[in-house]
Amino acid sequence: MFEILEKKCLNPTVTLMRINAPRVAKKAEPGQFIILRTDENGERIPLTIADYDRENGSVTIIFQIVGATTEKLNHMNEGECLHDFVGPLGRATETEGLKKVAVVGGGVGCAIAYPVAKKLHEMGVEVHSIVGFRNKDLVILEEEFKNASSKFVLMSDDGSAGEKGLVTDALKSLIDSGEKYDRVITIGPLIMMKFVCRLTKEYEIPTVASMNPIMIDGTGMCGGCRLTVGGQTKFACVDGPEFDGHLIDFDEAMARGAMYKQFERKAHEDTCNLFKEVK
Amino acid sequence: MPNMSLTRNEMPVQDADVRNKNFKEVALGYTEEQAVDEAKRCLNCKNKPCTNGCPVQIDIPGFISKVAEGDFDGAYAVITKSSSLPAVCGRVCPQETQCECKCVRGIKGEPVAIGRLERFVADWHNANSTGAAEKPVSNGHKAAIIGSGPSGLACAGDLAKKGYDVTVFEALHVAGGVLSYGIPEFRLPKSIVQKEIEGLKALGVKVETNTVVGKTVSIDELMNDEGFETVFIGSGAGLPRFMNIPGENLNGVYSANEFLTRINLMKAYKEDSTTPIKAGTKAVIVGGGNVAMDAARCAKRLGADVSIVYRRTEKELPARAEEVEHAKEEGIRFCFLTNPIEIKSDENGWAKSVVCEKMMLTEPDASGRAKAVAIEGEFVEIEADCVIMSIGTSPNPLIKSTTAGLDTQKWGGIIADDNGATSKSGVYAGGDAVTGAATVILAMGAGKKAAAAMDEYMQNK
Repeated sequence: MFEILEKKCLNPTVTLMRINAPRVAKKAEPGQFIILRTDENGERIPLTIADYDRENGSVTIIFQIVGATTEKLNHMNEGECLHDFVGPLGRATETEGLKKVAVVGGGVGCAIAYPVAKKLHEMGVEVHSIVGFRNKDLVILEEEFKNASSKFVLMSDDGSAGEKGLVTDALKSLIDSGEKYDRVITIGPLIMMKFVCRLTKEYEIPTVASMNPIMIDGTGMCGGCRLTVGGQTKFACVDGPEFDGHLIDFDEAMARGAMYKQFERKAHEDTCNLFKEVK
Repeated sequence: MPNMSLTRNEMPVQDADVRNKNFKEVALGYTEEQAVDEAKRCLNCKNKPCTNGCPVQIDIPGFISKVAEGDFDGAYAVITKSSSLPAVCGRVCPQETQCECKCVRGIKGEPVAIGRLERFVADWHNANSTGAAEKPVSNGHKAAIIGSGPSGLACAGDLAKKGYDVTVFEALHVAGGVLSYGIPEFRLPKSIVQKEIEGLKALGVKVETNTVVGKTVSIDELMNDEGFETVFIGSGAGLPRFMNIPGENLNGVYSANEFLTRINLMKAYKEDSTTPIKAGTKAVIVGGGNVAMDAARCAKRLGADVSIVYRRTEKELPARAEEVEHAKEEGIRFCFLTNPIEIKSDENGWAKSVVCEKMMLTEPDASGRAKAVAIEGEFVEIEADCVIMSIGTSPNPLIKSTTAGLDTQKWGGIIADDNGATSKSGVYAGGDAVTGAATVILAMGAGKKAAAAMDEYMQNK
């Protein structure tokens, strides 16, 4: 079974778990994702792989508690088992031929940006990491990013950590100061990625954005994760999750992401109430 | 003396106005008396035209004569010589174009209700049989099956009975393939599917869910590192097609696969489900196959007012006549000679209506069906907050793209000979992955044929 080997609270809303999944660990690459179910009646949720250890057969996931399933997941502890854990799904981040890359992460998206930065760094690529959070309490993986980057910029909305401002401000000033990137890789909230891509388009820097839409099977069967890229319909699960950021229709992706918002809000409340009652 | 009634025994069904609000099985099955009475209508023809109409050549008069004698266990033994999934096929086979259309009784009057009898025998067995399956003695050879749908299950069953060490790899968290995620509970109760799978496990078959072959593990790794001597690919045709019309990515627009998977696999129709579904108040289903009927009838049960939009006429509907009848009885509207060209959006990015062009039929096209062409300037707009695209599926490219030396057709189907052998030594394939979307029984037949070929391959190695 898929035992939780380690659980660590990274901040009040973000948790790290290391899961025993030897088959997945053997194949996992940065940029790919898994789908899990907490229990027999659970929904299937996709989470990007944050790290993996082929030798001890474990896969690390980092998730933000946003809905019923992540709430339930967060209530599980070391030694307990996830009901289902399948992957690695999607295509790995393309890293070949890169010399200098800006990795731009936002919020819990940094959990996914980090393994990409780490792999690039290990390959000898010059990595500049720009990460943004709402405030200092939500900062995650700061040390890890520093170790994987030759330049590290921390931004926060309220200025309580690093500089005050948006990741796009930091990226713009780096580019304006003469830094020449052959690629920008951005992972975070859709709205942030939209503006990162808008900025890099002006500067004509090839940019890849990692998409995390609603999906069920993750193997190309349902088409729920479809999005428009360059006027064509693509499935994030098999064609992605990373796409040319200058071609993604972010507005459509944001609308699709909100499809079940009401249901999700109620399910989350119900789950929270359930846990309160148990207490 | 045979029963010379021109009409068959009706099978009890849930009343249309009741069943269109629940997900319980529509058809309730024969009683013993009805089954025996129906079985007596069979003339036991020597040349067995019905058997020739069966893709897996079940000895139909053979099993029916057992039913007529009241020997239901005997009847089950006859069927299972040729079929692995009688409880499933008795429900979902298109008997009217296979065995039953060949029945001599059908020349004057109605054919013998072969499908209903098959279903009766399988259900009787499942309810009354006490003898546990005996695990065959192992012959030490290992075979891998990719996909736990009808072809994979049939292949696994036949190999296991011969003593092979069989492992079935399934991408989803539940085994059964289309039987689990596709066909709704009201047509094929999931408990029946699970019973078939439990039966295979009793024979020693191992089922590894959550394993996407091509991602989690490759065919070459299974053969080179994990000791599987042969592999059967029964990965089906699960990739949904879209029309590529404006508005297809709006909220409220589903592929039939997604809509049905949410309902059947994830149980989104249940009050306490963790997976959401939005069938809307007015649903439009695009397409005319069995899957379209399933999606329409599910949407109806979720409370939507449902219309099926099809570009040809009723005569050309690819769905089974029985499914179309059931859908109509349940209050589903059909709009024929109608073809969507755009889905319009409300101010919040949700589907609001489907704009369609009116069509007319002309000369038959390459498929032999009358070709539908648009009538210039004639359009109709149908209100819809849920639109379900059910215009077909194609094989998943995942295995093709990760298996060197496996030849495929241009459209994605795996190339295999009559026995399922592919271009790669030791690798066999069958079912929708080879033929494109077809029926459960054809897939099952392909799985059985491949099992025989794999047996021969492993014995001669």
